[in-house]
Amino acid sequence: MGKKVALIGTAAMATAMRQINPDVVSAFPITPQTAIVQDFASYVHNGMVDTEFITVESEHSAMSACVGAASAGARVMTATSSAGLALMWEILSIASGLRLPVVMTNVNRALSAPINIHCDHSDSMGARDAGWIQFYSENSQEGYDNLIKSIRIAEDENVRLPAMVMIDGFITGHSTEILEILEDSQVKGFLKENKAPYSVLDIENPSTFGPLQLTDYYFETKKQEADAMVASMDTIKAVCKEYRELSGREQPLVDTYMIDDAEMAIMVLSSTAGTTRSVVRELRKDGIKAGLIKPRLFRPFPKEEIIESTKNLKALAVLDRSDSFSGQGGPLYSEVRSALYDLDTKPVITNYVYGLGGRDTTIDQIKKAFNDLSSVAKTGKAENLVNYLGVRE
Amino acid sequence: MADKTKQEKPGYKTIPMGGMIPRAGSSEDYKTGDWRVKKPVRDDEKCIDCLFCYIFCPERAVSVTEDGKIGKINLDYCKGCGICAEECPKDAIKMELE
Ligand code: SF4
Ligand code: SF4
Repeated sequence: MGKKVALIGTAAMATAMRQINPDVVSAFPITPQTAIVQDFASYVHNGMVDTEFITVESEHSAMSACVGAASAGARVMTATSSAGLALMWEILSIASGLRLPVVMTNVNRALSAPINIHCDHSDSMGARDAGWIQFYSENSQEGYDNLIKSIRIAEDENVRLPAMVMIDGFITGHSTEILEILEDSQVKGFLKENKAPYSVLDIENPSTFGPLQLTDYYFETKKQEADAMVASMDTIKAVCKEYRELSGREQPLVDTYMIDDAEMAIMVLSSTAGTTRSVVRELRKDGIKAGLIKPRLFRPFPKEEIIESTKNLKALAVLDRSDSFSGQGGPLYSEVRSALYDLDTKPVITNYVYGLGGRDTTIDQIKKAFNDLSSVAKTGKAENLVNYLGVRE
Repeated sequence: MADKTKQEKPGYKTIPMGGMIPRAGSSEDYKTGDWRVKKPVRDDEKCIDCLFCYIFCPERAVSVTEDGKIGKINLDYCKGCGICAEECPKDAIKMELE
């Protein structure tokens, strides 16, 4: 059985990587991700993994090396944050376009400018349309679990897409938490052989990766990729079920708390779900019917589960730790609204952009959002759809 | 413009994953000849069979005969870049509008 350990979030991710024992890791240090590759480099140095560790001069090169290694059929991992992910941007869509199952941790950090090292989701949300599967983790335990699951999902023959697992920078990444880790042998047993359909190193069956496709084939290749992302949901569910049996941890794709009889709820990704849960617990003591919805998966978008979780609500506030600078709210908000648009009965849905640049998201802020929500639930109307939580005027 | 969706090419359900080409030598199927505006014309009187044009041609469109002399230029693949004409030490190749 698994054992309980106290680790900071980045060490939890590095531990998962050690147990996964990838063939190739190529990474470049960036705060607050650095601790992951630093730990992993020591595992390589100490002979605890069989990994070929490729050091590079930038994240653009790190992801390029990952693409090269994955094209050869290797199991490939990396990790990054913020500007590092932004610098990988060009290669992100090459990994997904070539259908290479690269798996990466992104320790969420705000994009510059102003330069900032703390958590928000502007980095990974900026990459939301890059064709990568995206998991968001509330804590180290979920980050660890999501990373192991992601290998199986990404490498599945029906998926063959890259995956990124998010943990919140510093809040999760640099906090010590207790988590339960699997035995090395359990992880080894859970992972399957990575059967790449083609390999650039297979000289018996020569193949070309990444040829030019103009007006004649590009569209078909992209449609195939879009279908693979949609179809990956079946694999994701099957892998999560198998992992639940192995770990004993129930981790639905869209998690809920006190939602069954809730009249209003907050939907939020990652660590702020913890803060929200404790506020819900408090409000419930006063008889207020509040609830929490926490999607773990953002790509592919878990539409059915989101609809199911919101079906009894009168008012829903979607919290976004990134802005889209569109006047239409953050990315989670617009997608949730779009998912619910066709329903005959649906809650009034408002948006709160919160916590940018690592601004603390406090109990009082969440209470304020619930307070606004209760009048929305009563009147069926929202004064402002898009709001900013915890910013000074 | 021809409607690309009406061409008889395989669709997204059957093409290989990730736009890859799972076999070797597929560039043979790609006739670069239709890029050409001017074609190379060789004056065999001037030619000394040095094979420079064969070596420099980026498309391998120039052939060599069995006895080691310069051969035909394959216009299916000659894209009309003019490198052969530029490199010929005897000015034996002229680029002519087709
Ligand atoms: S014009 Fe260019 S492509 Fe054609 S034969 Fe000369 S070098 Fe080759
Ligand atoms: S480069 Fe000129 S001289 Fe040499 S083989 Fe070609 S045509 Fe003949």
